[in-house]
Amino acid sequence: MKHLLSVRDLDRDSAITILDLAEDMAQVATRAVPKLPTLRGRTVANLFFEDSTRTRLSFESAAKKLSADVITFSAKGSSVSKGESLKDTTQTIAAMGIDAVVLRHSASGAARVLADSGWIDAPVINAGDGTHEHPTQGLLDAFTIRQGLHGAASRGRDLDGVRVTIVGDILHSRVARSNVWLLTTLGASVHLVAPGTLLPTGVENWPVTVSSDLDAAIADSPDALMMLRIQSERMRDAFFPHDLEYARQWGLHDERFARLSPDTMILHPGPMNRGLEISARAADSPRSMVLKQVTNGVSIRMAVLYLVLSGATTEAPV
Amino acid sequence: MPARTVLQQADIQRALTRIAHEILESNRGGSGLILLGIPTRGVLLADRIGAILDGLEPGSGVTGALDVTMYRDDLAHQPTRTPSPTRVPDVGIDGATVVLVDDVLFSGRTIRAALDALNDLGRPRAVRLAVLVDRGHRELPIRADFVGKNLPTASDERINVKLSEIDGEDAVEIAGGDA
Amino acid sequence: MTILIRGARLPDGTTTELVIDHGVVAERGTGLSAAGAMVIDAEGLQALPGLVDLHTHLREPGFEQSETVLTGSRAAAAGGFTAVHAMANTSPVQDTAGVVEQVASLGDHHGYVTVRPVGAVTRGLAGEQLSEIGAMAQSRAGVRVFSDDGKCVHDALLMRRALEYVRSFNGVVAQHAQEPRLTEGAQMNEGVVSAELGLAGWPAVAEEAIIARDVLLAQTTGARLHICHLSTAGSVEVIRWAKSRGIAVTAEVTPHHLLLTDELARSYDARYKVNPPLRRDEDVHALREALADGTIDIVATDHAPHPIESKECAWQEASFGMVGLESALNVVQQSVVDTGQLGWSDIARVLSRTPAEIGRLSGYERPFDVGSPAHLTLYDPAASSIFSVDHLAGKGANSPYLGRELPGRVVATIYGGVPTVLDGSVRSAEEVARG
Repeated sequence: MKHLLSVRDLDRDSAITILDLAEDMAQVATRAVPKLPTLRGRTVANLFFEDSTRTRLSFESAAKKLSADVITFSAKGSSVSKGESLKDTTQTIAAMGIDAVVLRHSASGAARVLADSGWIDAPVINAGDGTHEHPTQGLLDAFTIRQGLHGAASRGRDLDGVRVTIVGDILHSRVARSNVWLLTTLGASVHLVAPGTLLPTGVENWPVTVSSDLDAAIADSPDALMMLRIQSERMRDAFFPHDLEYARQWGLHDERFARLSPDTMILHPGPMNRGLEISARAADSPRSMVLKQVTNGVSIRMAVLYLVLSGATTEAPV
Repeated sequence: MPARTVLQQADIQRALTRIAHEILESNRGGSGLILLGIPTRGVLLADRIGAILDGLEPGSGVTGALDVTMYRDDLAHQPTRTPSPTRVPDVGIDGATVVLVDDVLFSGRTIRAALDALNDLGRPRAVRLAVLVDRGHRELPIRADFVGKNLPTASDERINVKLSEIDGEDAVEIAGGDA
Repeated sequence: MTILIRGARLPDGTTTELVIDHGVVAERGTGLSAAGAMVIDAEGLQALPGLVDLHTHLREPGFEQSETVLTGSRAAAAGGFTAVHAMANTSPVQDTAGVVEQVASLGDHHGYVTVRPVGAVTRGLAGEQLSEIGAMAQSRAGVRVFSDDGKCVHDALLMRRALEYVRSFNGVVAQHAQEPRLTEGAQMNEGVVSAELGLAGWPAVAEEAIIARDVLLAQTTGARLHICHLSTAGSVEVIRWAKSRGIAVTAEVTPHHLLLTDELARSYDARYKVNPPLRRDEDVHALREALADGTIDIVATDHAPHPIESKECAWQEASFGMVGLESALNVVQQSVVDTGQLGWSDIARVLSRTPAEIGRLSGYERPFDVGSPAHLTLYDPAASSIFSVDHLAGKGANSPYLGRELPGRVVATIYGGVPTVLDGSVRSAEEVARG
């Protein structure tokens, strides 16, 4: 695998390969020495043009468990605020000697632009690009759902017949996009629930079903219910009238949580707005996968780092 | 140049039986033994030797698998390998005598990786090495304790080990080279 | 300089010889000769009147790192143009007589094309108060086209006043139809592709709603309205309706909207980022049909050069716009001539006569007639090439066609009797100045 830019570049087999590899990586954590020497001497550059402490720490932890060195560039207080470009920053960091770039950027497509640009040779891992995609989040969610259903017997399995409902701001969510493409590639059926203002134009062409009725979706007992983070600045832009109205209509509040099937897993990409899209009781319940998602995120990112950093570094002569 | 067969099914069976006896002898019995095969064919060979051990001394054929992919030193020079699962008995390997089992011993680099991998799993009392074929050309100071067959080869020759579980037949062939 | 052109096929399909002398068509017929003349063998070439672009960004004054009047004029000549209308979003803005006269005289000085400045509708393009429309109209630049292009005159009252006011000067308001609130942060056409790419959508209604409002204002005021770069099937319907009511509206389409679609944005290659955005395939076909049936009056390039760094970045950080002068004729040939929808006489109409009429630019009424100014282009429709930076003659390299095979080749451009392009190469400033 040269880059990981979009889950749409993964077919079912390659997605399962990553999930299975992550199972191996998860096993490492249980060993006497929870660390592998695999990427010793390699340097991973975390380039975070947009702040995200969680994702950055997760990638950093994954790289370190594989014995890679990590250098981190964070836009906060850096030269980006002085107008330095993606090109100049990545070329500067690359000149220090790096083997892979983990890129987080507020612009959709930034990872693709960097991978296609020829500015640097290193493989690029998309750690979230604007409102486009967050491929490792999609992978860790698929991994979490698969483990939740099949436990130790997860290896080699797809998600055929699994039903996942995603609730919230689909329009602005890179998590939703990556999940929609990846989960359906793996055979799951995906149902989206959102107010009309937070659904993208053209969603009818997506391989999903759509509604605005969370109660009906809950009554349908999906295998997994994914609550997306709602950003309150959307309220200012007239996407919904009021926090309270949003929570009432599209939040997993206690009363809804009580009606949820005991077999339904609850997922949330974090950070959570407790009391808005999810109640504390739901978030802290045994059905909540939130912390498992975080743990699994490290395994998935180890698998992805291994895949982009192993393999012949030079193309075979033709 | 076509491949020529150097070991047939009966030869392989005899070699594994002999190895099993040698393991019991050197371990002074079957207690505290764990056979860890190195994927892919080492795992099958470990299972076969384990079955023979069980026949000789019931309960002595404890086997598992030790994947060494993540410990290799040639990741940047080979196509990406997908690791196989590592399986270790629940009791762990601490204090046990671990016998690493592989099909062919060549440069010794795989065994070097296996020793590193073992190190991260625990602290065995002793580590031994059993191989079906030793073809020479070592690049590291590593030798096998139990050898099915020493096969002197040219470095440009290939050794193909075929096992019925995945290849449909048992055979060891030499292919390629000038000779 | 005297030029004898042999064997050129005119837009009406006839083949003739032309003698050009003293800047005008001196003779037309067969068996012509002219002592000491430069002879151009135009066998197999299509003769077209000099092309007139109603929508060009020359960037000077203020943004000379992107383009200058000289480099933009050379790009125009390379594309077969002999006149361009230079949009007002310069710095300072072309909102006073002084600035428009400066731009026009720079054009005259370089001598590749006629540069007709477009005047800003509102002062500083701020959309708040009218600029000095009368002064610009009566200046030596003789401005007739007024536009805030790049920005929409979105205030309905201001638009009404602008229409009423330009009427006094035989002018036209060229509207950049983009409802600002509906396109806040917009990056590309709103639809299936934008939803997948996570790029903020630019709904068709943001264009159509302004056009619908403005044709009604044009009807109310009786003034001339021109709609810049129409890009949606819905806009075509609105224009068709307005024309059926006799409203004095004209409309333009760019070459890129006749050929390219929003599918190209999937690469996130910012060369495809343009305002208005590339639309769906259905829109492209509606625009082609509208150009063929006359609903859309003209093709204009919206040539928008940008420096490299403005496109070498993430899509939403990139500037809008693409260069278009050098490739216009090739793209139009591919999208509407090779498809059989327009003939060469139609091309002469939509790329020369009608844009000149809308801009009230004289000299393009009867091309090829003896006595008419010698503005003409010799074009080889049978040629074909991979479009590359070698085809570009301006400063901007932000062409969406780089690496794409395009038909046709501009062999020669003659402006006022002076060749600006010969054998496909733009002549040097010194050669052009010598005549």
